[in-house]
Amino acid sequence: MSRIGKIARRTFLVGSAAVVGGVAFGAYYINRPAPNPLQPAEGQAVPNPFVVVDQDGVTLVAPRAEMGQGVHTTWAALIAEELDVDLAQVRVIHGPAAAAYYNTAMMGALIPGKKYEMSGFTHGLAEQLGKVGKLMGMQVTGGSTSMVDGFTRMREAGASARETLKEAAAQRLGVERSRLTTEGGKVIAPGNIELTYEELAPDAAKIDVVTGVALRDPSAWTILGKSVPRVDMVAKSTGTAGFGIDVRVPGMKFAALKCNPARSGMNGFDATQALKMPGVEQVVDLGDGFAVVATNTWLAIQAAEAVVADWEAPTYPATTDAIMAEITRTFDTDPDSTMRDDGDPSTIPAGATEVSAEYTVPYLAHATMEPMNATAHLKDGKLTVWCGNQAPIIVQEKCAEAAGVPQDAVEVNTTYLGGGFGRRGDFDYAVYAAKLARAMEGTPVQLAWSREEDMSRDFYRPAAIARMTGAVQDGKVVLLDGQIASQAVIRQFMTRIGIAPMGPDKQLVEGAFNQPYGIPNYRIRGYATDMTLPVGSWRSVGNSHNAFFHECFIDELAHAAGADPLEMRYELIRDVHAPSAGTLSAVRELSGWTGSTPDGVGRGAAFCYSFGTPVAMVVEVVDEDGAIRIAKAWIACDVGIALDPGIIEAQMTGAMIYGLSAACTGEITFTDGAAEQQNFWDYDALRIHNSPLTQVKVLETNPYMGGAGEPGTPPSMPALANAIFDLTGKRPRSLPLSHAFDFVS
Amino acid sequence: MARTLTINGTRHKVDLPDEVPLLWVLRDELGLTGTKYGCGVAACGACTVHVDGVAMRSCQLPLGSVDGAVTTIEGLGTPGAMAAIQNAWVEHQVAQCGYCQSGQIMQAAALLADTPQPSDDDIDAAMQGNLCRCATYPRIRAAIHSAAAKMKEA
Ligand code: FES
Ligand code: FES
Repeated sequence: MSRIGKIARRTFLVGSAAVVGGVAFGAYYINRPAPNPLQPAEGQAVPNPFVVVDQDGVTLVAPRAEMGQGVHTTWAALIAEELDVDLAQVRVIHGPAAAAYYNTAMMGALIPGKKYEMSGFTHGLAEQLGKVGKLMGMQVTGGSTSMVDGFTRMREAGASARETLKEAAAQRLGVERSRLTTEGGKVIAPGNIELTYEELAPDAAKIDVVTGVALRDPSAWTILGKSVPRVDMVAKSTGTAGFGIDVRVPGMKFAALKCNPARSGMNGFDATQALKMPGVEQVVDLGDGFAVVATNTWLAIQAAEAVVADWEAPTYPATTDAIMAEITRTFDTDPDSTMRDDGDPSTIPAGATEVSAEYTVPYLAHATMEPMNATAHLKDGKLTVWCGNQAPIIVQEKCAEAAGVPQDAVEVNTTYLGGGFGRRGDFDYAVYAAKLARAMEGTPVQLAWSREEDMSRDFYRPAAIARMTGAVQDGKVVLLDGQIASQAVIRQFMTRIGIAPMGPDKQLVEGAFNQPYGIPNYRIRGYATDMTLPVGSWRSVGNSHNAFFHECFIDELAHAAGADPLEMRYELIRDVHAPSAGTLSAVRELSGWTGSTPDGVGRGAAFCYSFGTPVAMVVEVVDEDGAIRIAKAWIACDVGIALDPGIIEAQMTGAMIYGLSAACTGEITFTDGAAEQQNFWDYDALRIHNSPLTQVKVLETNPYMGGAGEPGTPPSMPALANAIFDLTGKRPRSLPLSHAFDFVS
Repeated sequence: MARTLTINGTRHKVDLPDEVPLLWVLRDELGLTGTKYGCGVAACGACTVHVDGVAMRSCQLPLGSVDGAVTTIEGLGTPGAMAAIQNAWVEHQVAQCGYCQSGQIMQAAALLADTPQPSDDDIDAAMQGNLCRCATYPRIRAAIHSAAAKMKEA
């Protein structure tokens, strides 16, 4: 596309924020531009939805959710780098739900194939396919895709804005644009004439946007590649950052949700007692649950406990044992996928030693720090929704259905997310609020979940079982044959959003089939358990269990081969994928790995390539009077281009501790179809005193940019299990480890 | 029963049942949403405030038992005039999602008031009740040490 048409001026409504008298920039070069989400107040079209310049300065309309991963900061930095403004001058707001904000990287991540093998050509193909994401309305924050997705588009938006502002200055001053420069939010003309972007904005709004601007070479970057202060840091250090639960609308009521903990319907309820409680105004039937509306959240939660509900029985096996038996039975069915099938994996080579093992991991809750909630207001046929979410278009569509209004009558305002981890990629919290708003037409209402409700009504990381067979010969791995059975998370999610799932579920086997190990006989089969127990994406999705299976088993094979487990990984990977091998050498050096440890100390290594980023990890445990302390950890990752090393380091460390927490104590078990764990006293996580001291090395040799928010999770659990084996001689094959080992608590 | 609370130096009249926890009075009645709800059972620390300078879990503090001046994160400092501990939080870029951080900061401020030069063990002991699902712990520790150092210089 040579040119993006006229830009608009006056007032734009970006979600609930108004931008007055400015000019908007962006770049979405797709054949047919999606309808523009910025609604000019005076009927003009605004083609470019990412950057707005007006009297108040530069605003980034960030269509990705800030859930702690720093996307707002790094996207602002991408724009600032080309636009020549200080990062502190850029205001960032969450964008509205709009197809123009599709995630180009997301669909690419869903195509089959092992990403590390992609040539430039297939990478291009993945990006092409990424454009299909738009068709599916995938304005999604997830899959560690934000940096890959924004890398080019945000810089193009910044460059286009810069040149257009320069053009406006050129016309005003009557000089060639090429004689102008930009710095610190100003256009500078010969003779030290300075014009601020703010004062140029009205002029820029009247001319054509300059497009096709060449992007600056990374060697000229002054902001990118460095750790910069996060744009949300002051707000998050002063209690002024607005999360979903902090939304306050005049006249708003507070409500508490309670739904069938066995995830089925409701036959009825008796609210007589609850209605007599202080502050309670009404109890609203929401189908498979109810909401108590009161004058504050606590009174509503108390009253919800006093409602006697008659729940329908679950449609899945009612106990953990029965659920696990169902998953086990899947091994007797045809495989859902065989995404890797190299050599002859069915025959143990003559003279080789066979090794086999079975591993199990449990259901897990996301337990975001901020429990689920949403605020909604239905008035005059228009529904307004406020919530932290990872997929505003899906939220918009589903809330429209729930409130009985057309989709374009729903405005979704995305707040900061008090943690996402995949949980807020679902939309149930918003739909219940929309249903409640419909029942209370005219009155805004915030529907909060108690921690117990949040834990009971999660879309869990499914339990999974792996049957691994391998063979070693002459100190080498010659065969690895893995079978993995679990619920297919993405298939269930697709069904939930009303899209017929196609083909095998890649996420069921990711982290196992797509690892860059050169093993001659190598097969990975997935077995999908068809069960209605709700499951969803949990930080790193299938990698979260498959890395545990694969990397614990690689450790067992190394042990059987008499090889050093870190060295053996390096040897197997070296010729397949150099950046991956590089992370192993880096972590060896960082941790001072020697292959042996003193008495009372154990070390374990693990590796996983996920979301385009290889991560190698070493965990050290020590025996502290019979209890295990996770003392230290070392992480090496290769993200290709480290746009903000400080944020990447924080994400790697946080993702690792998230995984270690699950490995130590995390499990959701079921009785009568309901989760038994209810709050942090029975679903805890590592705290400041029992988290390891961690060092992170960020490498940049990977030719493609990878994600940062999730890849730190997968190797954490096997690295810990392998360290415990090194310490105790006992091989952990199921999680959580607290069933068999004592940790310092 | 109507009663008067002193919060961040301002007196507020509140007419609610005695058993309503302070957390919800702050958030839902007075609009002081900086203090967060995480668990409601004193297991996460997100709701930490000071009562006469002592760190308390406001989710477990019934209105009828509040017997001192309350300070919340809003009273500790503001974006334009942050407290030393908040400056250290920004300097070390602690927050990720940020949801737990009000509670972390209030707990850390109480620690420093009590123990101006805390050791790592002191930090472990004081801060282990404050959960952070984003696991910002290494930077929390660094920020506390650096705030302590700055306060010593001052
Ligand atoms: S909300 Fe008070 S400790 Fe968790
Ligand atoms: S910063 Fe997210 S829970 Fe602490």
